[in-house]
Amino acid sequence: MEELIEIMEEINPDVDYASCTGLIEEGIWTSFDLVMLITEIREQFGVAIPAERIVPENFNSAEAIFALIKELEEDD
Amino acid sequence: MKQKIRTIGLALTVIVVLVGLQRLLQPKYMGQVIEGAFIGEYYKETTPHDLLILGDCEVYENISPVALWEEFGITSYIRGSANQLPAQSYYLLEDTLRYETPRAVLFHVAAMKMEGQDREAYNRMTMEGMKWSSSKWNAICETKMEEEYMLEYIFPLLRYHSRWQELEADDFTYYWKRDIVSHNGYYMRCDVKPAEGFPAARRQASYHFPDSSWEYLNRMEALCREKGIDLILMKSPSQYPAWPEEYEAQIEEYAKEHNLLYINCLEKQEEIGLDFSKDTYNGGLHLNLYGAEKLARYLGGRLQEEIGLPDHRREEELQRVWEQKCGFYYEQQEKQEEELRTCGFLKQFQ
Amino acid sequence: MAFVSYEFLAFLAVFVLVYYVLPGRFRWMVLLAGSLLFYLASGIRYIVFLLITCVSIFGLTLWMERIHLAGKEEMKNQGMKGEEKKAFRAKLKKRQKHVLQLGLFVNLGILAVVKYTNFAIWNVNQWLHFFGGEGEFGFVSWALPLGISYYTLQALGYLLDVYHGKYEAEKNPFRLLLFLSFFPQVVQGPVSRFDKLKETLFEEHAWFGQRICRGMERMLWGFFKKLVVADRVAPVVMAVGQNPEELGGIYVLAGMLAYTLQLYGDFTGGIDIAIGCGELFGVELPENFDRPFSAESLAEYWRRWHMSLMQWFREYVFYPLAGSKSVSRIRKLGERFFGKKAASRLPMYIASLITWFFTGIWHGASWNFVIWGMVNGVILLASQEAAPLYRRFHKAYAFSNTPVYHRFMTLRTLMMVSAVQMFEYYASPLTAIRMFGDLAFVWDIGRLFDGSAALLGITLADFAVLFLSVPLFCLVGAIQAKEDIRLWVERKSGLVRFLVWFGLFLAVLILGVYGQGYDKQNFIYNQF
Repeated sequence: MEELIEIMEEINPDVDYASCTGLIEEGIWTSFDLVMLITEIREQFGVAIPAERIVPENFNSAEAIFALIKELEEDD
Repeated sequence: MKQKIRTIGLALTVIVVLVGLQRLLQPKYMGQVIEGAFIGEYYKETTPHDLLILGDCEVYENISPVALWEEFGITSYIRGSANQLPAQSYYLLEDTLRYETPRAVLFHVAAMKMEGQDREAYNRMTMEGMKWSSSKWNAICETKMEEEYMLEYIFPLLRYHSRWQELEADDFTYYWKRDIVSHNGYYMRCDVKPAEGFPAARRQASYHFPDSSWEYLNRMEALCREKGIDLILMKSPSQYPAWPEEYEAQIEEYAKEHNLLYINCLEKQEEIGLDFSKDTYNGGLHLNLYGAEKLARYLGGRLQEEIGLPDHRREEELQRVWEQKCGFYYEQQEKQEEELRTCGFLKQFQ
Repeated sequence: MAFVSYEFLAFLAVFVLVYYVLPGRFRWMVLLAGSLLFYLASGIRYIVFLLITCVSIFGLTLWMERIHLAGKEEMKNQGMKGEEKKAFRAKLKKRQKHVLQLGLFVNLGILAVVKYTNFAIWNVNQWLHFFGGEGEFGFVSWALPLGISYYTLQALGYLLDVYHGKYEAEKNPFRLLLFLSFFPQVVQGPVSRFDKLKETLFEEHAWFGQRICRGMERMLWGFFKKLVVADRVAPVVMAVGQNPEELGGIYVLAGMLAYTLQLYGDFTGGIDIAIGCGELFGVELPENFDRPFSAESLAEYWRRWHMSLMQWFREYVFYPLAGSKSVSRIRKLGERFFGKKAASRLPMYIASLITWFFTGIWHGASWNFVIWGMVNGVILLASQEAAPLYRRFHKAYAFSNTPVYHRFMTLRTLMMVSAVQMFEYYASPLTAIRMFGDLAFVWDIGRLFDGSAALLGITLADFAVLFLSVPLFCLVGAIQAKEDIRLWVERKSGLVRFLVWFGLFLAVLILGVYGQGYDKQNFIYNQF
């Protein structure tokens, strides 16, 4: 989880990832930011997030993203 | 209960505002363009007419009803309008018959060559003034152009709403009531502009009148026969547009076939006494007052002789009414002639 | 049938009546009948294309599901587990992918041929001339089937969703046809998602006076934006676009702002009419605009303008591209040349530029639109790269967080959006670029008052109406920031409510640019 937050802070600092739950809905993260994140996740976690899973529910908070990564890791 | 009153109140407000705006935005035809008022003025008449004249500008600018009255005691009305189509003439006849039955109808045949209307504005000026009836409805359905909608005739606000930018003093002055601007449908012009000649008419591919024109001429003829009205066909002496032999032949044949009187004024210029250096106000297109009176005298004579239109000059009621009309007529003539003397042109029509 | 026509209003009145008169379970069929009628009114032969799309998508999605179900059966029967199961599933997915590709090919193919043939021919001709060829190919004169750009996207979205297993395929082909052809949205969107629209499209909606009123209010507002504002300013845009020589200098700015106003009025107005229309039937169409000019950056603007389209491109083009294997491979290749840090940006750049290319060309079959799209993409990428700088700037300078500065950012965004849009109405991209020069350097404001403004084609009174409409839009936007303006009006007194809606209605009726206009000259009778 810390790894993930580290990556996220590199892409978009100044956000409190522990508590923020509206990353997408409040426009804090742009679609470009997301792409960068997904690229990094692929690099660091070896998990390829399929495009159809890129929805606000899965990316609105660091927790949700982490859950998604875990889920996809298991599927593998 | 309170709710009902409120709803009714709101509905009334809406209606009043919309009707009020519509009244304001409709053109009043009191200024430079007065022809649009002509058709509607008919309904203000209080006495009957023996002669009904239908057709385009070549009748409403070329014949003087006052002259017909003064010389022959013939009561007449010109229900003419800009570029009136044969279908529209028919429906105007049908409409007039709701109010009276004239003894004779004079129809100007130049419009027989029209396939459809040229300009939407002419349709508006011809049909807008008609009172709502099946005749008006059918006339609109038959002659409306592609960009016209029946809805815009029912609610003229839809047609004239963009006049909000062009409101004139007239729109307020004549908001409630409009003055009479024609003389039993006659458009008076006293100015003079001699005829200078016109370009030769171009040869056309076909000279046959369109089917729609024949259809409505036939209907007019049948309706007149049914009501015992004499239908007279006429071609005015206007020098342009041309009236080629091919058109003439078709009308002559029709008149012969149906036993109708046909007067081609172009062939009778000498008898009428027209002088196109003095009797026209726009270079030969239309006659001015002097020409119109001459034509009226000629037509009146022929009609009284050949159709037997009676002389009403002894009847008290008609005398009274027509005296007023003549008063207005001569007043206008004087005004126009005075203006021509001082300014050289008529300001209203520039 | 255009939205702005007596025919459409009559059609709508009739169908709303029929909809509520018939019993509930027939209601969606009424919508289908109405939509098909509406579609046929645009030209009887064009419905063929819609039907081909519908039939192909219907058949292919069912086929995909059958592969899935049959596969599941087989897996159960054979008691597959672990690696075998995984391999089998991959095989199933591959088969489904072929079906998907067939669907994409057919429907994108139709769109490509119908919409882009002339564009292709034009380009071929340009190449021919470049290589000294003499002849050239003639253009075809095919008209576009109504809404093909929109319903094709909806169809493909549906196809892709079923492929990804987001929801089950629709078993009733007529319901799918309604989804594709629903008349309020077939003309210019919004682009709907099947699972979302389904919630209200097929439901039986009871007559609810308030909803009907609200729908009509929304439509009225849409008509106002379109008829009173957009159609009024349209001649200005046409004049400037077609006459850059005479209308350069300050008129470039004028034309640019005029176009923004026109596009805003026309597009958001049209969508208001569409969504309001849907509301009359109780159908909830997705929002397409969210106070777009309150945006403080181009990125934010694109989150507020034509939202349904942007979401479609993001979901079905941008993210899949960014995460695709090919792009990944390019990134790995890039790592060797540019290092890891720089190469990690490649997916973003490639996906973004490709997406904006397609966004551009979807908007219009010409290079003007492609350039427009790419310029947007480039600016967005540049902003993304500059984001750290912006963050530092905002941290360091207090004034940059004041309301005044935020207004400045809003204005700057408006200017940027408007400037880029210039590619859309100048005949050639080169003209547009030349006009950028005028925009930046030629500010001959005096020309506005020397009479040349008459060339713009509208009257002073028209300008007055336009100038008044802008603060009106700002006011409505300010209210909408907190709540739906219809609800805001509903809270006011009866008199205010009446004045607002009747006033709006009168504004559309009197000020609307419809009908034949009044040209006194036409009434002056002359025989020449």
